[in-house]
Amino acid sequence: MKKLMLGNAAVAQGAYEAGVHLVSSYPGTPSTEITECMATYPQEEVFVEWAPNEKVAAEVAVGASIAGGRAMTCCKHVGLNVMADALFTNSYTGVGGGMVYCVADDPGMHSSQNEQDSRHYARAAKIPMLEPADSLECRDFTKAAFDLSEEFDTPILVRLSTRVSHSQSLVELGEREVHPVKEYQKNIAKYVMMPANAIKRHVVVEERTAKVEALAGDCSFNTVEDNGSDIGVISAGIAYQYAKEALGDKVNYLKLGLVWPLSKKLLKEFAAKCKTVYVIEELDPFIEDACRAMGIDVKGKELFSMLGEYTPSMIKKVVLGEDAAEFVPLEESIPGRPPVMCAGCPHRGTFYVLNKLGVTVSGDIGCYTLGAVAPLAAVDTTICMGASVSAAHGMAKVQGKEFASKLVSVIGDSTFMHSGITGLVDIVYNKGINTILILDNSITGMTGHQDNPTTGKTIRGEATRQVDLIKLCQGIGVERITVADPFDVKNFEKVVKTELATDEPSVIIAQRPCALLKNVKYSGNCVITEKCRKCKLCMKLGCPAISIDKASGAVRIDVTQCNGCGLCIGVCPFGAIEKEEA
Amino acid sequence: MSTKNIMIVGVGGQGTLLASRILGNAVIRKGYDVKVSEVHGMSQRGGSVVTYVKFGDAVHSPIIDKGEADIILAFECLEAYRALPWLKVGGKMIVNNQMINPMPVITGAAEYPADILPKLGAVVDLTAVEALTLAREAGNAKAVNVVLIGVMAKNTEIPYEEWVETIKTTVPPKFLEVNLKAFDLGYNL
Repeated sequence: MKKLMLGNAAVAQGAYEAGVHLVSSYPGTPSTEITECMATYPQEEVFVEWAPNEKVAAEVAVGASIAGGRAMTCCKHVGLNVMADALFTNSYTGVGGGMVYCVADDPGMHSSQNEQDSRHYARAAKIPMLEPADSLECRDFTKAAFDLSEEFDTPILVRLSTRVSHSQSLVELGEREVHPVKEYQKNIAKYVMMPANAIKRHVVVEERTAKVEALAGDCSFNTVEDNGSDIGVISAGIAYQYAKEALGDKVNYLKLGLVWPLSKKLLKEFAAKCKTVYVIEELDPFIEDACRAMGIDVKGKELFSMLGEYTPSMIKKVVLGEDAAEFVPLEESIPGRPPVMCAGCPHRGTFYVLNKLGVTVSGDIGCYTLGAVAPLAAVDTTICMGASVSAAHGMAKVQGKEFASKLVSVIGDSTFMHSGITGLVDIVYNKGINTILILDNSITGMTGHQDNPTTGKTIRGEATRQVDLIKLCQGIGVERITVADPFDVKNFEKVVKTELATDEPSVIIAQRPCALLKNVKYSGNCVITEKCRKCKLCMKLGCPAISIDKASGAVRIDVTQCNGCGLCIGVCPFGAIEKEEA
Repeated sequence: MSTKNIMIVGVGGQGTLLASRILGNAVIRKGYDVKVSEVHGMSQRGGSVVTYVKFGDAVHSPIIDKGEADIILAFECLEAYRALPWLKVGGKMIVNNQMINPMPVITGAAEYPADILPKLGAVVDLTAVEALTLAREAGNAKAVNVVLIGVMAKNTEIPYEEWVETIKTTVPPKFLEVNLKAFDLGYNL
């Protein structure tokens, strides 16, 4: 039966059909659904988990592979940075059962803090990389990756991009292959990477790469489509789909499915038959640089951008010189619609207070990054997961006590579990005096509600032990820990002021669940009464339900947007906002 | 058949994703090749959301370029206006008449453009729909998406029964009755 499947779901299906035994990941757009879909397969067949971060996830999968099972770990591009420590040495150890790292890049940065090109990791860690171009290939390549992994004794990288991960196309479903977990075999020379062993394993890695390169010259992942043209196009992944739509059968194609290592023989033979060869790839000139190093004359980034996503019309213009379709242009500039915190978001109370106090906010990765958007505009920095805590320590150490008394870190519950803990250890150990706000909304929010070690539930929704944030911080050595509700803005402000004034590390746990959680039930909606003096203080909340009527200057609440959370009621100094029950 | 391009635009949280899935599943019942491109993650948080549905004999790119959408289904007026350059010259727009202020309008940094529907009506084949009213009539304000799918369904060659079957397999059982009613209200407009 053919089924319309998300690329991510098809990766999960491919791993399932390949008989995968264990999948461990940390959520990250655009990769999250792979692991969520994995958890829909029977738990007798595959163990699936959310790990606290990508490094842990990768190590869990590597362990499963060494122990003889087929294992996979999935992440977004920046998650691969966190995994990298395991990745580079796993390349040396090779595998027991098949081992697959699936990484999803985000050209155009739909939901990311940078636009890095993960293909560089394949070359740097010397790990073969497959790149599917649609959902069917997601299934096929992932499935094949496990066999390749065992055949060549190497982990395999599968690279996706947002438009492959989050596009649905047709997939013919297959049956699960039976691959029993192999018997565990102790092998010190292969799995203990101390210098004497690693020196020998590096030799194996180089020999292996030569073998995979030979495979690249003649395998079903790389296909040539000869349309008898003078023009050749070398492409891979989603860029191939754009090229194919733009250029049809007017050019010849070399579609690469195995994007590292590349076969010199294959590339040279293809290029020799064409007068002009274009390399069409989003982000960095990865294939282009390899072609040039092989002495193949190609056209690439001098004509195409290194920034963002490509489109078929942009390719058509460059290669064929044809203009894009005619369209009706907009005759006025119109307001953008940036993402905002939802109505009822618990973070709104936190950032309202931080904005009011005018403190410096060391931010982190999650929904609360939106605290940087006007009118809250309360966040100063966002770098990577966990940096809110550790970067604030660095800020305080160079700027001194006075600065530190007006500096806070904000980090979500899941992000704190991911890599905030170690930063807090550093602060305590090195006599820091920072104030850390853990925004505990009872879920991993931005990626669409995944459970984490603080929620008390596994990926399959089963009850499990729950990390106690208070005890955890106590164990690290933090003596000042306060739990406060960010919707009780008066008390919350008092708590933040008190903790900023102390000369020791303190943690404030801002506790209120995400408004989108099913068990959170706000009712009715808020209304502005005649007591309103148009002071516009409520407008500082940046609530999507509250706006000002241009003509009358009156504040109004849109009942279709308001969920009755009541934050504005507590903020209004004149008691002019009331709750209207439905 | 040459590829047919349908673009669904709206505001994060309005249910555009479900609409694109219903459309995609209805199309495969007719045996076409199909690609549905979705948006997940940060941009979903109250931001502009765009999904593409493309079907035909062979579909390569999952995205739609400017000037290439046969139909644009818009869940909100400003988002319809923003999407105008993507419509094929002579294409059709189905627009929910709801207006949702984006944050720059709420903070007073920008103004919501005036008279969007008349402006669109002057340059494209426009069908304006009071989808929120119809969704409430069906029993749930959240069924706006299925009302709009109903309006659009009338503009395709896919028969009514196929749509009903698709909705039955795509939406959760407890919302089925409301959604079927919402679909009919849109279809029979």
